[in-house]
Amino acid sequence: MKQKVFLLFCLLSFGLFAQDYFPENKGVKTRTSNYTAVKSAIIHVSPSQTIENATLLFKDGKIVEVGKNVKLPNNTVVVDAKGKHVYPSFIEVYSDFGIKDISSAPRSSQPQYDPNRKGYYWNDHMRPEQSAKSHFEFDEKTAATMRKAGFGAVNTHIADGFMRGNGALFALVESDNFNENLLKDQSAFYYEFSKSKQSRQAYPSSIMGYTALLRQFYHDAKAYENGIIEEKDLAIEAYLSKKNLPQLFSVDDYLDAFRADKVGDQFGVQYTIIGSGDEYKRIDDLKEMNAHFVLPLKFPDAYDVSDPFLREYLTLGEMKHWQYAPANAKILADNGVDISFTTKGLKSPGELLKNLKQAVERGLDKTTAFAGITTQPAKAIGASDLLGSLEKGKLANFIITSEALFEDEFKIYENWVQGHRHRLEPLDVIDISGTYDLIVNGKSHDLTINNKSGKFSAEVKQDTLKLGSKLTYEDDWMTLVLSDADTSKEEYAILTAKIQPFQSRFNGKAILGDGNTSTFTATKKQTESTSEEKEEEEKDEKEMELLSMTYPNSAYGRASAQSESQRILIKNATVITGEAAGTLENTDVLLKDGKIDKIGKDLSDRRAEVIDGTGKYLTAGIIDEHSHIAGTSINEGGHNSSAEVTMEDAVDPDDISIYRSLAGGVTSIQLLHGSANPIGGRSAVLKLKWGENAEDLIYDNTPKHIKFALGENVKQSNWGGNSRFPQTRMGVEQVFRDYFTQAKAYGEKKASGEPYRHDDEMETLLEILNGERYISCHSYVQSEINMLMKVAEEFDFTVNTFTHILEGYKVADIMKEHGAGGSTFSDWWAYKYEVNDAIPFNAAIMHNQGVTVAINSDDGEMIRRLNQEAAKSMKYGGVPAEDAWKFVTLNPAKLLHIDDRVGSIKEGKDADVVLWNADPLSIYAKPEKTIIEGVVYFDIEKDKAMRAKVQKERQYLINKMMKAKNKGLKTQPIKKKEKEYLHCDSLDDINHIHE
Amino acid sequence: MNYKHLLTSCIVAIAMVLTSQAQQTPAPEQSQAISIVGATAHIGNTEVIENSVVVFEDGKIIYVGTDKSQAKGQEIDANGKHVYPGFIAPNATLGLVEIDAVAATNDEDELGKMLPHVRSLIAYNAESKIVESMRPNGVLMGQITPQGGRISGTSSVVQFDAWNWEDAVIKEDDAIHMNWPRGFRRSGNWYDADRVWEKNKEYTSEIDEVTAYMNNAKAYVPGSKDTDLEFEAMAGLFDGSKALFIHVEGEKEIRDVISFKNKMNLDRVTIVGGYHAHKVAKELAANDISVLVQRTHLNPNFEDDDYDLPYKLPKLLSDAGVLVALEGSGRMERMNSRNLPFYAGTAAAFGVDKELAVQMITLNTAKILGMENQIGSLEVGKDATLFVSEGDALDMKGNIINHAYIQGRDVSLESHQTELYERYSNKYQD
Repeated sequence: MKQKVFLLFCLLSFGLFAQDYFPENKGVKTRTSNYTAVKSAIIHVSPSQTIENATLLFKDGKIVEVGKNVKLPNNTVVVDAKGKHVYPSFIEVYSDFGIKDISSAPRSSQPQYDPNRKGYYWNDHMRPEQSAKSHFEFDEKTAATMRKAGFGAVNTHIADGFMRGNGALFALVESDNFNENLLKDQSAFYYEFSKSKQSRQAYPSSIMGYTALLRQFYHDAKAYENGIIEEKDLAIEAYLSKKNLPQLFSVDDYLDAFRADKVGDQFGVQYTIIGSGDEYKRIDDLKEMNAHFVLPLKFPDAYDVSDPFLREYLTLGEMKHWQYAPANAKILADNGVDISFTTKGLKSPGELLKNLKQAVERGLDKTTAFAGITTQPAKAIGASDLLGSLEKGKLANFIITSEALFEDEFKIYENWVQGHRHRLEPLDVIDISGTYDLIVNGKSHDLTINNKSGKFSAEVKQDTLKLGSKLTYEDDWMTLVLSDADTSKEEYAILTAKIQPFQSRFNGKAILGDGNTSTFTATKKQTESTSEEKEEEEKDEKEMELLSMTYPNSAYGRASAQSESQRILIKNATVITGEAAGTLENTDVLLKDGKIDKIGKDLSDRRAEVIDGTGKYLTAGIIDEHSHIAGTSINEGGHNSSAEVTMEDAVDPDDISIYRSLAGGVTSIQLLHGSANPIGGRSAVLKLKWGENAEDLIYDNTPKHIKFALGENVKQSNWGGNSRFPQTRMGVEQVFRDYFTQAKAYGEKKASGEPYRHDDEMETLLEILNGERYISCHSYVQSEINMLMKVAEEFDFTVNTFTHILEGYKVADIMKEHGAGGSTFSDWWAYKYEVNDAIPFNAAIMHNQGVTVAINSDDGEMIRRLNQEAAKSMKYGGVPAEDAWKFVTLNPAKLLHIDDRVGSIKEGKDADVVLWNADPLSIYAKPEKTIIEGVVYFDIEKDKAMRAKVQKERQYLINKMMKAKNKGLKTQPIKKKEKEYLHCDSLDDINHIHE
Repeated sequence: MNYKHLLTSCIVAIAMVLTSQAQQTPAPEQSQAISIVGATAHIGNTEVIENSVVVFEDGKIIYVGTDKSQAKGQEIDANGKHVYPGFIAPNATLGLVEIDAVAATNDEDELGKMLPHVRSLIAYNAESKIVESMRPNGVLMGQITPQGGRISGTSSVVQFDAWNWEDAVIKEDDAIHMNWPRGFRRSGNWYDADRVWEKNKEYTSEIDEVTAYMNNAKAYVPGSKDTDLEFEAMAGLFDGSKALFIHVEGEKEIRDVISFKNKMNLDRVTIVGGYHAHKVAKELAANDISVLVQRTHLNPNFEDDDYDLPYKLPKLLSDAGVLVALEGSGRMERMNSRNLPFYAGTAAAFGVDKELAVQMITLNTAKILGMENQIGSLEVGKDATLFVSEGDALDMKGNIINHAYIQGRDVSLESHQTELYERYSNKYQD
């Protein structure tokens, strides 16, 4: 095809250097210093400025002038773009364009804990020294595709590692030695929560491992800058030299954006977020971030819902995302978030405009959309002086188009990069599409010429008879071959005409089937609008109402993220206080301002909503001392100590388990790190305020906790890892001694006033030594339980809680003496060797010895019925009902050091209460209302209404998808997000095992 | 506290009687008639008799009613207490695995695809420490079932107080277990971010394979000279001596099971698991297919599902006329088998009548196992496999077992666990 040749053709080129630098040995050096002008165009100088009938004058790849009355110098080559639009070409911020393949480190059978490199930071996934330019080779094939999509410049980087070093900004034009196309060799600095494939180093293996590593790196960089670190570290040096570049952080979901931003805030770094497309889900908090978001435009295809059974695997949340994704940009823009766009995730760059148009159809302002691919990305990488608009002095990077952006017939004729012309389609092709009266040799025909993106075809009828025809239209010459009306004749007429700039008729020469020459004329008919139908369809598309947003935006989500506490008066209930008052019959409880205001008889409050509690039971909300719900990842197993990580970085507020746990009467949990290593991570103590964002689930002034672990899991006994210390219980003890010895020394150095390198891991351990952070230690057998208490005593601190503690009954007296609590399973055992002596009487014995006992779940299923698990201690060991109830309320509150706020029904405590239909220690009990701080988060009646809503919304979206499918849109297979119930043993990506 | 003292002394007394070894010694044959007098009797067929008299002799129940004069032999005063038929745990792996994480103790899943001839009974460890921990919760019998493959093998029904598998068995080789092919599967590996649920392209051919296998088994003449061990084992399906248990979850697959049953002209087919059985409940009832409902203590499989779907599944099915019993397979299923009464309690909390919930772990289970003439209810002529509980045995706080009898034998309620309890309670007493 001729057009393809055009694509690669650069018709005009310029010498770019006023003064020679590179010697030329092939001939006489030509120095062209001509100007070029694109004139008579509608020039969109920038999103905020459009000039009609204007001229763009440029020279040596740079814009000299733009405007209506530009005076053209004599030596100007003029390109007539009458009636055409000129836009600054687009800029891609996030790409690995031209980056040569990075080779992967070989796999090994055992996890690797040490780095491959020497002289660089201790973690191989931090690669600030990487530089895109050193791995770059101009890729003309990709460049051509990108130019075709309207791009003029691309910011590329080595997409490998967590810290990925600096990118480079290239113009999409081939040149020797980068001397022309390299616009900035240090354009921006890149991050992504992912590992380098150049190393198999295990750490980090979880999201909280990434955030901790980043924090520590920043601390270390600071220390290095201050000369506290004596060793030479090439990675840190590289980072320090690049830290003032724009910092770009690519994320996979909106939660990760918050996580990155939180770390950035701590260190005064404002990232530009390369987003994930689901930002709308938490828009209120997201806008507070004040980050620039570079949004991907990959929208989910409609799911294939034609199979009525497969359909079941699709969730409302996924379907709603399908509906919402194209509206993401609009929602962000409406909320004042600074946005631009990237092709990240798109199959081809050509999809960008198509999808951006979809976003515009969903209400995104066209100017914002335009800015999002020009001025905004230029700003994001600090290249506004070069790119993004067509102002004087900037690069002559522009496209010439048929229509304004986002119009239906929009197409790009030419893409000029630094003054180099790339013709994609003939600019001056005359559109001959339309319906004509065709008269050939006196005979009348109906001629219809169609134009489908530059490809013309014809249909010819003589009365009602359709004639065979073939149309070619090139270089302004139209040739139409016609078969004869008499099909028995194998004769063809050939009509040919040179098309002149547009007119309503054209005529030319006709060579008839019999060889005679004649003439023909084609006269254009009045066009009738056939677009009505299309409009109708589009209207329908646009009218697809977004289902109302919920938090989370999936089944059972709440109408708003934040809820005001209500004034609630529960009348005439049996109140299990959990306090000295015991169980009170026929009692009223008033909840006010999020607190338990009054407990008594015949209370009244005119402004309170009254709930009849007759025949029902009111208790404090259940507290789970050991939980792994609402966590994105659970184990950072990449080191044998991970005290530097915090589960507060891994909270997942969208986990349906939160809602289901509320339906089981749970109001607070400790989201614990797993048990992959002896010293685990810091905990997140959460209130299950379903709908609120991660940060808002965490307790205010939260007490500090950390997970420790002993036994089979930390020895890696059950999944074959044998390259990490410790492999025996003997080694486990030494890990603790080693780290606490280090922490002590660290503390002494810190106290001495000498300069020291801030170490988050040591800081955490120091908090333990200082009694400011509480240990919850996963433990099973008596020897190891005893060991940890002895180590703690030597280092002069107390083990706060032994969790699981299935042999606690064997050392209950020692635990009591030491002051440790026990948080145990009611009846689990026999799942591994170290629980062979686990007995369901454990809670009773420890309780009888005066240990503070809690019953925990460690399980996304059991958490839904912890009341039953507490009641099992009545069966196994005869614990009195009121004490048994405390096992899941006041006692875990004490162990978590939140008993001043929750755990019992007492005036002044938080209004975290549950109304049950029956005695909560009975299997027949179910929560009817679960209330946290005066907000009803679960209501059994509202739940019924939500079920109906879920069904209705599912059906609505399924119908929409059926329609999308039948319109021939692409559909995608059904993904089921496999719900994983995380346990102590759940590792993200070193090993994957369950109990 | 006073009661604690009392309790401990009680336990010490009991402990003295028992020898302290790893497993409890099976009880001797019933030597005299035993009468349980004054209890609320939960017959197992939803009937309740207050202030009842239950008499059994030579291992069989000889009287159930209210006539005190019928009492004879050893009389047990059970006033204010409750008597239940022994609970039955179907589709269990008790005695096949001792410690989940210790591979050497695992005998539940044999290599291969079509293994009808593999028999659970001979691997059943009657001395398992987990098995003995069932009795103090009223779980006195179980159907021991091989796992894995397309046809996992042949189960047997045992009672939980025995020297070895031979005296444990109460119905040998009762059923063949089949894992129905999955209509949908996930692509890729567990660690892939974008795994997709898709139609299992092999689904039809997998069903064809099962169908062909069944047809061949049917055509086989048992006892013929060219002995085929697999088809010999299958023969019972066609002469009515064995039931077919099909483990299946999804609606589409269940619909296929219904047509499979009819095509194969099978009499006794039970669905095990049946997460989506409620969507096909009427058809199941009409086609006489019973369901062993999966453990009620589970999370819903799908985010959009009602939070209580697993809790109310027994109710949804039984309301539609399906014969329902409860099973407990899944994570940590062996040690959890003792929670079977509480699975039933949960079904009751979510809509099933309490006595019907009892029936779902007694008489209904017996019916599904084809043993309703021998076990499953407190009716004259049946095995005297029953227990006395302080309170409601479906409720944790009431499930405190005073006496348990298996075929009239007064079985121990002690276990490795109670022994440790005693030992350490004593330690702190001193």
